Amino acid sequence: MASKTAAAKDIITLHGSAAIVSEFFCYAANSILYNRAVYPEESFVKVKKYGLPMLLTQDESVKSFLSNLTSQISEWLEAGKLQRVVLVIMSKATGEVLERWNFRVETDSEVVEKGVSREKSDKEIMREIQAIMRQVASSITYLPCLDEPCVFDVLAYTDTDVAVPFTWVESDPKLIANPQMVKLHAFDTKIHKVDTLVSYKNDEWDEEE
Amino acid sequence: MATASSSSPSHSNSVIPLPRSFLFRNNSKGNFDRFIPNRSAMDFDYAHFALTEGRGEEEKEELSSSRRAYNKSLAETLNLNRTRILAFMNKPYSKEASASSLHLQQFKPPLKPPRRIPNSPDRILDAPGIVDDFYLNILDWGSANMLAIALDNSVCLWNVSTGSATEFVVYEEDKGPVTSLNWAHDGIHLGVGLNNGEVDIWDCESETLQRTLEGCHYTRVGSLAWNSDILTTGGMDGRILNNDVRIRSHVVATYKGHSQEVCGLKWSGCGQRLASGGNDRLVHIWDRSSSTRWLQRLRGHSSAVKALAWCPFQSNLLATGGGEGDRKVKFWNAERGACLNTVDTGSQVSSLLWSKNERELLGSHGSQLTLWKYPSMVKMAELPGHTSRILSMAQSPDGCTVVSIAGDEALKVWNVFGAPETAKKAVPKAAREPFSRVGGIR
Repeated sequence: MASKTAAAKDIITLHGSAAIVSEFFCYAANSILYNRAVYPEESFVKVKKYGLPMLLTQDESVKSFLSNLTSQISEWLEAGKLQRVVLVIMSKATGEVLERWNFRVETDSEVVEKGVSREKSDKEIMREIQAIMRQVASSITYLPCLDEPCVFDVLAYTDTDVAVPFTWVESDPKLIANPQMVKLHAFDTKIHKVDTLVSYKNDEWDEEE
Repeated sequence: MATASSSSPSHSNSVIPLPRSFLFRNNSKGNFDRFIPNRSAMDFDYAHFALTEGRGEEEKEELSSSRRAYNKSLAETLNLNRTRILAFMNKPYSKEASASSLHLQQFKPPLKPPRRIPNSPDRILDAPGIVDDFYLNILDWGSANMLAIALDNSVCLWNVSTGSATEFVVYEEDKGPVTSLNWAHDGIHLGVGLNNGEVDIWDCESETLQRTLEGCHYTRVGSLAWNSDILTTGGMDGRILNNDVRIRSHVVATYKGHSQEVCGLKWSGCGQRLASGGNDRLVHIWDRSSSTRWLQRLRGHSSAVKALAWCPFQSNLLATGGGEGDRKVKFWNAERGACLNTVDTGSQVSSLLWSKNERELLGSHGSQLTLWKYPSMVKMAELPGHTSRILSMAQSPDGCTVVSIAGDEALKVWNVFGAPETAKKAVPKAAREPFSRVGGIR
């Protein structure tokens, strides 16, 4: 009996995996917005998640933006249509792209097509996510200071056969010219593999020195 | 590989211990393609290992997998069409704005009560002798509140403000029937397309013929669209011409792309983009300043495209409707050519009109008008009333009233887009400003 429940726990379905990944995006986005001070510190509250203190925004408009976003993302994840999610931080005044947080998603197509499930314990996935979250939080040590008001935008890279929902528009990739890149940890639910990478504008100040 | 286990190693000076499978790789053909004089002094095992990095038998597989990854990344960088990049539109306020938005939310005006949409026409007029042809555009409502309608060989004007109707001009048998009408933005000049390929420009204030554009089309001109001093004409020959009506050689640009009759022409609100729909089931987006090639070719309809409507609140959104064999309304991002949505209406789409005040779209589908909520495309109202298929619709300058003409020879006036008092603000726009033509030149 005990072995049976243990086995049941370790099985991960497409739906469950999509839920884990989209939840990860939500927390990661919150964490980035907090750590990069895109929104004021006092608009966040602390919760415990992934064994870490995580911060969640209380700003209603951001909250609803993120919840709409995650529900759409999880829909795409379940269909196996999502290739990448990018959180872009731009200067409010000039619209210049300063940072790109790149989450590349690889979907196990067999799971989507045949509906099979995979085995991986929840605990292990959480530990992998925790490692990413720690890296996100510590990224402020090397990322250049954002000393101007910033706005953020989220881009989703999907397969071309996806119908564009009405709340979405096609966009350009908003790339940074000649960026610095730092690869962060990845996590894998055995169905979705998520690579994290942050690219940011080269600090011209450094070069002058 | 099985031979490796049976033979003994010939090179005893290996630097690092190697799996047996590597040892006799150097005997296989293909590893040596040139003469090397002193083999005994060389460490082939090590060299081979260093070259292959211990891949051994898996070499082939790994190569193909790395090849696959390479191809994938190559495709990602080169072929941008492989992915679609989407941005979420409902952007939250940035941090400064968030405080003021909260403040605003508290003082949000109470929700407007739902508007009542009368489901019967406001007025009905007779239109005897109308040509029941889907490909023609025989109805237009000008900014001076004059409605022009073509009845076979004649053009009738109906002054909506005063209610007086006149037969403005009657053409000879060999020129007519009148195949298209379009008011210039000033509401005074009227373009009249004829069956023989000529286009007349009338001044309706002084009731004089200003100019005849001839020699550009040799077949009927089924669609016209003004863009300040440019009159764009679309003919049965599939050609679209930009005519600058101020100069002698009036054809300033030719748009080539349609292989069959052009039945829909619409300039966008900013006047920079032209949408054209043809019997060849294509929709093209053209640029005003360059006529070399279309900006976008929109495929998807399976029948003639006559109904075209640029969205007044989202500059690059275009709604198109297909004819009898298609029956669909499609929404496009005209800049990128992406189809955003498709709705099957169940019957021929002859005309589409956006509301100027609300996010609504009115379509004429078969013999009825349907008011759609955009973007949900929920039907808000269905207005039956015609006994035959609707040919054209026109919108009043204030945007509230719509007139429809059908094969049953009836002209019906509908108050679908709200009561006139909400649109009072829009009325002054119709008034002509002094020097408005001067500013429009360049």
